[in-house]
Amino acid sequence: MSDAPRFAPGATVRVKDDWPERRGPCHIRTPHYIRGRRGTIVRPLGVFANPEDLAFARPAPKRNLYHVLFEQEPIWDEGKPGDTVMVEVFEHWLEEA
Amino acid sequence: MAAPPRPESLALLDRLMEALKAKGIVSDAEIAERQANTDKASPETGARMVARAWTDPAYRALLLSDGTAAAEAMGVSMAGAPPLGVLENTRTRHHLVVCTLCSCYPRAVLGYPPSWYKSFAYRSRAVREPRAVLAEWGLSLPDSVEVRVVDSTADYRWMVLPMRPVGTEGWDAARLAAIVTRDALLGVAVPKVG
Repeated sequence: MSDAPRFAPGATVRVKDDWPERRGPCHIRTPHYIRGRRGTIVRPLGVFANPEDLAFARPAPKRNLYHVLFEQEPIWDEGKPGDTVMVEVFEHWLEEA
Repeated sequence: MAAPPRPESLALLDRLMEALKAKGIVSDAEIAERQANTDKASPETGARMVARAWTDPAYRALLLSDGTAAAEAMGVSMAGAPPLGVLENTRTRHHLVVCTLCSCYPRAVLGYPPSWYKSFAYRSRAVREPRAVLAEWGLSLPDSVEVRVVDSTADYRWMVLPMRPVGTEGWDAARLAAIVTRDALLGVAVPKVG
């Protein structure tokens, strides 16, 4: 599998609306408040061993990590338009929007 | 301060270290070096990096493009540390660092996190109502400034490069570093003169 990032800076993405914590024990680094939300790729940050496997001492394939930017106001239904939150998100949590 | 470690925790740590050494994963020398680096790390390191960036355009470019290399250029050992990213505050954008999932913190250049950084109150509020949190810290930002919360969720650690305040023209790096506080390096404050 190639390490080349699938998403380029500026691409619009959607974070998967997935809740693995409801299916059983897991370790995820995707905060709840961005799941199902649309964001913009700021830049790829490189490849890192998947923490979801590392946490359980499983073989952990490297995954692309991105800085993804979200508008704050749609997430919380409050706040000042134009304010943002930037989050590190692994590629397997992202899909084209 | 935290309670002293329990004896059973120390015994477990001893057994873990013996096992790691027996398997050749770490050596006594590596453990000693890491402990020394951890003890040495303090916000003064981050402040020196910022002061140098304010006075040296080439270093500023390095700091913003490769924080890990910029830390190493200041003599900080980044071996085994997560990569460091540095985010630049401007007239139109202010960064605020939080870790909503746990307490990820750029320890290599700031040392141990303060207890408020690890509190549920800061972690839940900074991401949802950053302007209210900043106002409580005494920092009111104009509407023309975008507040960009940086949720440190994964493998990077993030530090803020604050704006150099007016009134510091002609200051040398040592004098500049003295006004760069830990809080300014996280974005809950801005450097002030006098």
